[in-house]
Amino acid sequence: MPLNHRPGYIQLLLRGLLAGLAAGLLAGGFAYLVGEPHINAAIAIEEAAAPAGETTDDPLVDRDVQSTAGLLLATALMGVAFGGILATAYTVLRRHLRTGSDTQAAFGLAGAALTGIVLVPFLKYPPNPPAVGNPDTIDQRTYAWLAVVVLGLVAVWAGVLAARTQSHQWRRAAAGTAAFLIVVTIAYTLLPTFREVPADFPATLLWDFRISSLGTQTVLWTALGLTFAGLLSRLTTGHRQTATEPVTTA
Amino acid sequence: MPKAQTLTTPAVSGKLLATAAGFTGLMLLLAYLVAFDQGALSQSGMYLHELMHDGRHLLGVPCH
Repeated sequence: MPLNHRPGYIQLLLRGLLAGLAAGLLAGGFAYLVGEPHINAAIAIEEAAAPAGETTDDPLVDRDVQSTAGLLLATALMGVAFGGILATAYTVLRRHLRTGSDTQAAFGLAGAALTGIVLVPFLKYPPNPPAVGNPDTIDQRTYAWLAVVVLGLVAVWAGVLAARTQSHQWRRAAAGTAAFLIVVTIAYTLLPTFREVPADFPATLLWDFRISSLGTQTVLWTALGLTFAGLLSRLTTGHRQTATEPVTTA
Repeated sequence: MPKAQTLTTPAVSGKLLATAAGFTGLMLLLAYLVAFDQGALSQSGMYLHELMHDGRHLLGVPCH
């Protein structure tokens, strides 16, 4: 039955979700080790700055729970969501990706996502720790951030389309890079800028927090791409073994 | 020699695209739950929102 050798959407999807869960937990571990010290330092600054009496409100969730189980839950759920989307994109786009290697296709898609929804947004709207950010502008900042995420993906897509118009290897690279940079430049120019870091907020803490956030997201997408590609590769190997078994049907 | 490392993905039919779009919507809802929900979706008041506070910051979502 040759159809057995063709994985269905559900088979690919389950692998994406599993890879996402693993990547999310790994990113959560990274975030706990590398990011949490900076969040705690920022919260200490926030509380020191608040007028006496305003910090005594009973928190809904303990800091200890937020920084452990809550953090892992958030990164795990986000990993599962991204894993499901990656597997779906892989299923729909695989035939259009001009590579014979499944690993290259899966890892390439994860790399495209890392570029479009992490790196491009990070450079325009670097994430902020607690105590940074004006609550009055949260809606504008959220919409602007969503816009830069979408435009980041559009930029990657434009780069791929532009590269495909050329046949010479160097021209492909140049056209792809140029189209990507043009879209990113237009997006960065049109989107609003927010300068809300308090003058007395420690620059080193801000830098360390932002790098740890970039690291968390990079770990998530890299691990997701590698794990998903690995699970696909096992699927291929498994099928090849099945295919080489002698046919024993009566 | 078989072509190395190449799986045949399912044919992209209208039905597959509809399923894929529906599932992508579901996954975006899950991402929304982590990134933005303040009780409307989770029906847990602010509990889940507060629980996942640190994750939101470190995942780069605008917060506060």
